[in-house]
Amino acid sequence: MATELKEKMIKGGEFLIKETDPKDIFIPEEWNEEQKMIYQTCLDFIETEIHPNLDKIDSMEYPELVPSLLDKAGQLGLLGSGIPEKYNGFGMDFNTTMLIAEAFGQSHSFVVSISVHIGIGTLPILFYGTEEQKEKYLPKLAMGTMKSAYCLTEPDAGSDANAGKTKARLSEDKKSYLLNGQKMWISNAGFADLFIVFAKIEDDKYLSAFIVEKEFGGITMNPEEKKLGIKGSSTRQVFFNDCNVPVENLLGERESGFKMALNILNIGRIKLGAATVGGSKLALNRSLKYANERKQFGTTIGSFGAIKHKLAEMATRIYACESAVYRTGKNIEDAYINYKNDGMDEDSAKNKAVEEFAIECAILKVHGSELLDFAVDETVQIHGGIGYSAEGPAERGYRDARINRIYEGTNEINRLVTIDMLLKKAMKGSLDLMTPAMEVQKELTSIPSFKQNGEDGLFVKEKKVLTNLKKIGLMISGSAVLKLSTKLKDEQEILMNLADMLIEGYVAESIILRVEKLAGIKGAESCQRQIDMAMIYLHRAVNEIIPAAKEAVYAFAEGDEQRMLLLGLKRFSKIEPYNLKEARRRIAHEMLDRNEYCF
Amino acid sequence: MKILVCITHVPDTTSKIAFSDNNTKFDSTNVQYIIGPYEDYAISKAVDLKSSNNAHVTVLNVGKSESDPSLRRALAIGADEAIRIDADPMDTFFVATQIASHVKGETYDLILMGRESIDFNGGIVHSLVGQMLGIPAFSPVMQLEINDSKVKMTREIEGGKEYLETSLPLIAGCQEPIAEWKIPNMRGIMTARTKPFEVVEAYDSETRSRNKNFELPKEKGGIQLIDPDEVEKLHELLRNEAKVI
Repeated sequence: MATELKEKMIKGGEFLIKETDPKDIFIPEEWNEEQKMIYQTCLDFIETEIHPNLDKIDSMEYPELVPSLLDKAGQLGLLGSGIPEKYNGFGMDFNTTMLIAEAFGQSHSFVVSISVHIGIGTLPILFYGTEEQKEKYLPKLAMGTMKSAYCLTEPDAGSDANAGKTKARLSEDKKSYLLNGQKMWISNAGFADLFIVFAKIEDDKYLSAFIVEKEFGGITMNPEEKKLGIKGSSTRQVFFNDCNVPVENLLGERESGFKMALNILNIGRIKLGAATVGGSKLALNRSLKYANERKQFGTTIGSFGAIKHKLAEMATRIYACESAVYRTGKNIEDAYINYKNDGMDEDSAKNKAVEEFAIECAILKVHGSELLDFAVDETVQIHGGIGYSAEGPAERGYRDARINRIYEGTNEINRLVTIDMLLKKAMKGSLDLMTPAMEVQKELTSIPSFKQNGEDGLFVKEKKVLTNLKKIGLMISGSAVLKLSTKLKDEQEILMNLADMLIEGYVAESIILRVEKLAGIKGAESCQRQIDMAMIYLHRAVNEIIPAAKEAVYAFAEGDEQRMLLLGLKRFSKIEPYNLKEARRRIAHEMLDRNEYCF
Repeated sequence: MKILVCITHVPDTTSKIAFSDNNTKFDSTNVQYIIGPYEDYAISKAVDLKSSNNAHVTVLNVGKSESDPSLRRALAIGADEAIRIDADPMDTFFVATQIASHVKGETYDLILMGRESIDFNGGIVHSLVGQMLGIPAFSPVMQLEINDSKVKMTREIEGGKEYLETSLPLIAGCQEPIAEWKIPNMRGIMTARTKPFEVVEAYDSETRSRNKNFELPKEKGGIQLIDPDEVEKLHELLRNEAKVI
């Protein structure tokens, strides 16, 4: 079938059952000069326009400030990177747009304003709009002369988005829809000229999407929400009262809105992963500078092992998450090119490529947002008293990070959907989980092999650990499915355990593959710290997966089955000792010496 | 109108400075390189003049291929073409000779440089090139306006400002606020690769100095802040600790 990925192409979720050749993945060390320049442009913009204005932005006393900053970003071309050139954009590849998202992860609340505009506020038109809609709106969105917002959530429809009550009624002359309803937590609402609004037409079961210009009238708003963090991001409730939307502004097909919303969220999720990597780098760099400046007991606090541990742990998790983010980004780009070469139109190909990797997108959303929360928390800790003070830089970062575990689908929803999507793929037959799961079962009942494979080289043993971690995942998820069948969906605690195993496995594999590829290019001698980080992360993954696996087994298996699964877990979770303390010290020393995150 | 902007490719201002080979060489391991900040202003000014005075801007660097990203960044900011004279920038005399030799074959109306590079901070290349070519050189220039061939400049001098009027051609060593610092935009970055980029062989020249060895300045001691009400304590510290009175 033309729309199926070719055999050699990597499929979404396939990492669980297939080995990936490091040559096939993209690693951030391969950014070209142009991409580096784009990243630097974003950082220069943030440093000169955003960081000096953070207090003003967060005060919300200057309503023109954020829109004017978006205008400046538009003039630099930063709003149109993913929009094709024929609509005044720059038609850049997926990973470059992710790199821009990463840079803006360092811009505190402004990241929300710009991400909403570029992402959920623009992409629905790009992916699902008619040619007329694209020609009318995309050039203005690319330049920033029109700013956008996305209206999905309602008071009774958050994670359960399709439960929305907003209605669209066809007018008597059949020329327009009249929108009525209430939307909440709408980012950019305060200054947006254009709203992507989801509503049910008449008594439809599923949502439809509409492009709504503010000028259509019938739109009112509540005052700005008072929030824990990202205070400078406009967030308001939006009310539609007989808002008159021309029929030609229906976006995509009737009742396709829910599917559209979900797929747009996939992109939002992976880009959030990239942005949280950026935010974490900012937090780590602040921590490093402070650790080099602050003296206690006659020496800088960076010279203390406890602080070094924190710094190296932050760096390791950043490096790992970044590995997974751009590995997936490249997979999406490859899939898009593949679909396009098979004759699919450009927008459908893009859309389908992202959908293919929806599992990985959800994984990265969870991992990235939890990485950022960890990084900002340790940053406050390293800063001590001044970390807790609103006068210092750590406090704002701490507050701003928290939203990331909530929006773009809560981390709980994302954990559930990773497993749900994986099982659905298995049921549909697009991902054969059953054969490898059965093989693991067979291996469990056989005598373990003590044969050494004799291979020597970087990560030979570690890759064996990765294979075994995947076996744990297959063994436990396979047993859970067999045992609980359709009841599994009601056992959310078990699904969370399975998701945790999947997330850690994917990220651990990504960092190992990245360092393996890097060592192949530069030689292992030149990337000793990266090897340290890969080793630390693999140990972390094992240490995270074991308790999750145990909890799941305790919850659904009993007697002999439980004993067999626990024995399997023991067999498959072996890892050789590595002096993690010394590895962390080496990583911390290098960063402290350079006074920045340098990997 | 033809403008030449000479740029340096120097370690970022936040780089950790270290030396190798028994303190005879700068250790460039892990050092991030940038366009000299003063030359950033020179490029920005040239790009402003492009639109106001219909100028053609050439950006030049004396350096090896490591400098190419800096030259391409200048193209992304708005320069029209780039030239790299393929040689190690050994010392100021050598660099000045290279620039002057190149300029002799061309007809530039205005040559912009930074007031000084931020690695060796010599701040004399503009004067040397001016001397070699027999055209006036001014530095540090904070404002520059061109009407026809008349040039008005403001220069920072000891204790004040100097307002100058002269005519082209001339050389200016730029410093803030001669132009608003420019960030390369996306279109600029994407068109940079399509602009002419020429690498030319170094001209014959001598070097008149060599680095014997380097050393880092002594670390600054801690600063003690004394409350204005505690003049006696200050007196005591100056007398007994600092031993300056």
